[in-house]
Amino acid sequence: MPDDVNVAVEAAIDRHRSVAGGLLPLLHDIQDRLGYVPQSAIPDIARALNLSRAEVHGVVSFYHHFRQSPPGRHVLQVCRAEACQSMGAESLLNALRTQLGIDLHGTTADGAVTLEPVYCLGNCACAPSVMIDGRVRGRVSANAAAALVSELQGA
Amino acid sequence: MRVFVPCDSSALSVGADEVAEAIAEEARKRGTPVEIVRNGSRGLLWLEPLVEVETAKGRVGYGPVTVADVPELFAAGFLDAADHRLGIGMVESHPYFAGQERLCFARVGLGDPISIEHYQANGGLRGLRNALAMAGADVVKAITDSGLRGRGGAAFPTGIKWNTVLQTAADQKYVVCNADEGDSGTFSDRMIMEGDPHVLIEGMAIAGIATGATKGYIYLRSEYPDAERALNAAILRAEAHGVLGANVLGSGRRFDLEVRRGAGAYICGEETSLLESLEGKRGMVRFKPPVPASSGLFGKPTVLNNVITFASVPIILDRGATFYRDYGMGRSRGTLPIQLTGNIKRGGLVEKAFGITLRELLYDYGGGSASGRPIKAVQVGGPLGAYVPESQFDLPFDYEAFAGVGAMVGHGGIVVFDDTADMAKLARYAMEFCAIESCGKCTPCRIGSTRGVEVIDRIIDGRDRGAQVALLRELCDTMLHGSLCALGGMTPYPVLSALKYFPEDFGLPRETLPAAA
Ligand SMILES: Cc1cc2nc3c(=O)[nH]c(=O)nc-3n(C[C@H](O)[C@H](O)[C@H](O)COP(=O)(O)O)c2cc1C
Ligand code: SF4
Ligand code: FES
Repeated sequence: MPDDVNVAVEAAIDRHRSVAGGLLPLLHDIQDRLGYVPQSAIPDIARALNLSRAEVHGVVSFYHHFRQSPPGRHVLQVCRAEACQSMGAESLLNALRTQLGIDLHGTTADGAVTLEPVYCLGNCACAPSVMIDGRVRGRVSANAAAALVSELQGA
Repeated sequence: MRVFVPCDSSALSVGADEVAEAIAEEARKRGTPVEIVRNGSRGLLWLEPLVEVETAKGRVGYGPVTVADVPELFAAGFLDAADHRLGIGMVESHPYFAGQERLCFARVGLGDPISIEHYQANGGLRGLRNALAMAGADVVKAITDSGLRGRGGAAFPTGIKWNTVLQTAADQKYVVCNADEGDSGTFSDRMIMEGDPHVLIEGMAIAGIATGATKGYIYLRSEYPDAERALNAAILRAEAHGVLGANVLGSGRRFDLEVRRGAGAYICGEETSLLESLEGKRGMVRFKPPVPASSGLFGKPTVLNNVITFASVPIILDRGATFYRDYGMGRSRGTLPIQLTGNIKRGGLVEKAFGITLRELLYDYGGGSASGRPIKAVQVGGPLGAYVPESQFDLPFDYEAFAGVGAMVGHGGIVVFDDTADMAKLARYAMEFCAIESCGKCTPCRIGSTRGVEVIDRIIDGRDRGAQVALLRELCDTMLHGSLCALGGMTPYPVLSALKYFPEDFGLPRETLPAAA
């Protein structure tokens, strides 16, 4: 494991190994720091929590939130759920796909943006909604979305 | 001079932080002293960011305010409650607000959500103090007598659950709050957690005191980072204030509370899947019995309720069971925070006693569709709820009335669609969502949903339509009867209701519609 990955994983293990039901908090800790849960971390986590590697892998892969590879510098999540659909989320998503030249779960070639689906951000009265690096944006018009993406690609 | 700019994440999503900054900046420039309070949202979400100015007569609102409007608002004299094109007058006299019956949401939007002083000054902690002076069985009886039913979706009587936990002897019991709020069209849990987190803390503490549980968890979806910050900040204050910890309000009783983050799995809103997840496992649904109340988290008796259920508890213990049950109709007692969302002109949160009709909500409160086009259908109760056509808009909000037409009140979310909505596509989406979110335990749900997508695709494409529709019905039947939980078991509801009420969207003529669906 590269050093920074190692440090993050060991620190997360230390913080959560004796917590009841601590596997999810541990995985969150790692992903909060690294943006994903590296495959290489699984044996150490399994050993520390007295689980099999398959069990840890099973948990990581069960939850949509956990990524198994590093995301781009920015993560753009587009809400696909019904309330956002009623306000044009589908065409918004298609426009973003075209503008970024990637599909859902893809990352642009320059590593700037990862595009992900999300199913409701609790912002359904201000639809359509997206989340950018953990911040929700509501009433996202096609123009606003295009401007946001240009901004992300520049940054 | 106090000015209120919400910190609710819906307000933030449309620029509330930037507006607050612009107000501070403009006030500095003008040398006008202004104290900016970051409050929760009033729930008039189409007006967000809604800026309020405190006056001797009450709070005057302006919204939706953009950064560009701020200098103009100052110039117009908004600090003196001057008229302005964004002005809505006294917020609490606004018809959208004045008509509500806010029991659960009584404090949301009033002030700083994290401040426990503000909480107490506005009626907070009275319920917990009363509960501490009562026997556990009497607290449970008050909840039972109030008629409170679970607000997470299944509408199970809360008092019965609590009584099971109370009656089950164990060395450890837990209180778990379901804050997974996965349904599209819902955000009332989020608004409570961000706008009045202490009411949830108090409700959970009362559950602990009543049943003998000393440890609580809030299982919060990962999509709600602002709520997570608010809850953690409020828990720290509550601990410092002795509301939580080893000696709850000096009673010698213990109650500790911790926030645990979910990880983007809709199924983890199902209570047994949630418990698996809290234990650090995949969110696979458990067979019932045993119910969580007798064997829940780590096999211990567990009170498991939705955020709104817990947040309704303090006022019941404060004002009494009769006060609460006097609201509502039939077996649906009390109030429900209803969320008006999607293609609606005035989207937001409306807390009303049960009995209000869909039509009143959609038109009197909501003002019709956002697009100005006719409303075609609404989906109530999340992605597993049926699509309700215009002909049923006089349905009152009542668990039994909704169930009577195959619909569901659920968590009280209403998603509005105008006449451009393609109901076949929405039916396809329901199946797709089920396929994405299935925990995989049962075949009808795991495989059936994927097959459902394919079959609907063929219907849409007009390939062998008659046979495919029959196949879709069969598939839905298998899912309805062969699924362990409501994800597989209720996905047929939106699908079949779309097919029943809008056959033309599937390329079927209305008149050949078979009666059964
Ligand atoms: C697929 C599925 C998803 C659910 N999602 C939620 C949810 O997000 N929040 C919630 O409170 N209940 C949800 N429920 C209902 C819970 O299983 C459970 O009934 C509820 O949390 C109990 O609390 P209550 O009695 O206070 O409603 C869901 C149920 C199913 C089958
Ligand atoms: S119905 Fe679906 S989600 Fe529910 S237990 Fe079965 S497979 Fe899991
Ligand atoms: S449906 Fe998109 S935010 Fe709720």
